[in-house]
Amino acid sequence: MSTFKEKQAAIIADFEVFDDWMDKYELIIELGKEIEGIIPAKRNDRQLIEGCQSRVWLDSSFSDSVMNFSADSDAIITKGIIALLIKVFNGEKPETIIKEELFFIKEIGLQEHLSPTRANGLLGMVKRMKMDALKHV
Amino acid sequence: MISTPDYIHDIRADFPILQTKIHNKPLVYFDNAATTQKPKIVIDRIRDYYENENANIHRGVHHLSQVATQDYENARSRIQKYIGAAKSEEIIFTKGTTDGINLVASSFGALLKEGDEILISAMEHHSNIVPWQLLADSKKLQLKVIPIHKDGTLIMDAFDQLLSEKTKLVSITHISNTLGTINPIESIISKSHAVGAKVLIDGAQSIQHGDIDVSSLNCDFFVFSGHKIFGPTGIGVLYGKEKLLEEMPPYQGGGDMIKNVSFEKTTFNELPFKFEAGTPNIIGGIALGTAIEYIESIDRKSAFDYEKTLLEYAEKELLKIEDVQVFGNSSEKTSLVSFNVGSIHPFDLGTLLDKQGIAVRTGHHCTQPLMDFYNIPGTIRASFSIYNTVEEVDLFLDALRRAITVLS
Repeated sequence: MSTFKEKQAAIIADFEVFDDWMDKYELIIELGKEIEGIIPAKRNDRQLIEGCQSRVWLDSSFSDSVMNFSADSDAIITKGIIALLIKVFNGEKPETIIKEELFFIKEIGLQEHLSPTRANGLLGMVKRMKMDALKHV
Repeated sequence: MISTPDYIHDIRADFPILQTKIHNKPLVYFDNAATTQKPKIVIDRIRDYYENENANIHRGVHHLSQVATQDYENARSRIQKYIGAAKSEEIIFTKGTTDGINLVASSFGALLKEGDEILISAMEHHSNIVPWQLLADSKKLQLKVIPIHKDGTLIMDAFDQLLSEKTKLVSITHISNTLGTINPIESIISKSHAVGAKVLIDGAQSIQHGDIDVSSLNCDFFVFSGHKIFGPTGIGVLYGKEKLLEEMPPYQGGGDMIKNVSFEKTTFNELPFKFEAGTPNIIGGIALGTAIEYIESIDRKSAFDYEKTLLEYAEKELLKIEDVQVFGNSSEKTSLVSFNVGSIHPFDLGTLLDKQGIAVRTGHHCTQPLMDFYNIPGTIRASFSIYNTVEEVDLFLDALRRAITVLS
């Protein structure tokens, strides 16, 4: 089982091979297509994080002292970044999610997606993941 | 096959930012409905002001203050003449279109009474919706909405029915920022006046795409932003008929807008200063004057005609791409095209276009009710200006095709 840091390092390595932005995004889109997400029939307003551009639905659960998340978005690039975040956050203890640094997004050059101006719901999603984790500390 | 005329290349050379590269690709700037780029003459004017002229205006006896005051007031006169206003007193400097609408909502709104009605349309920008909602709530007014057809034109029969003696103000956009529709404002103004209603024209989009003559339009208010006509941000203009502006109470209180202040009674300054409390955006006003000077210096009739040609070319080529749906199909349309491609989310396409150096706007364009009408989360909007080229349209189409391939 990799640590929180190792999981992030692995993602950075996956992205390092690409020079072209379009190739990076092709990978993100692939990841977005692969994850299960939350089917529209199971989405509800409680899960919804409204962004100005795209919308995100987030569900979280806590069992065996670790957090698990599932999430979805109406935009595939947003969903691809969600897939990366879930890969890193799932199976982690609430304390880790709250305290450990989330550095891979910046390292692979996607920080614009977590800026308040991007308004794609992702910043709100990370905040809510941490808030949900806080309930179980 | 069309090509970019030489005079457009000449205009283009006046805008330094257009040489920029984005993600190592040449910038294709198609977000002109959001803001236009600035010609060098405007950028130089701003630098020159701060290097050689900076002073506060309307109050100093010293030389710099007088020079700055003169330049600021000269800019006002230039703007007055450019939009065909009768007097410079009718030109109020604001922060922008939104500020102008809020000023009218507050000060003209103060003259309205319970039960009075305000008419807007279904294609308004949020800035021409929310100020009226706030006013309607506080003064128990009725806000009514002129519906639109699917092609993005106003349902004029519905307008005729909504308009009545109760209507005190019709506040409507000249050109839709989302659909490009040019509204029949001449007819709206004359019909509104026939029932005694005043008319505010939101000129945020129209100011950069054609000549405006507020006197022949006979509108009561006209608002626009400086940054949408090659000037700086944070400056805009409210034109209002003098008689109406005289009747309206001041908007904000402070310096410059007073004649005499005492704790017992304060009297207000004359127009336009009555509505310009505090130290204004001095360089904003002056540089907006320079932007107008710039547009007066080019062959704008040809440039505006060329913009239409560019739009027609872009739309024709865009529609050759499978599953492209264009929103806004009025025969009277200005140079922007709003579209979606199949079920691809506009955010995804916008992100991939950005990575290829193409600047377009995606999302609801601050017109959420309009998005609800079409039942879509947003659109991709490419909006053109006088410095855009045919080659840029081709780059945009290539980038779009590549983005669609990646997303399909």
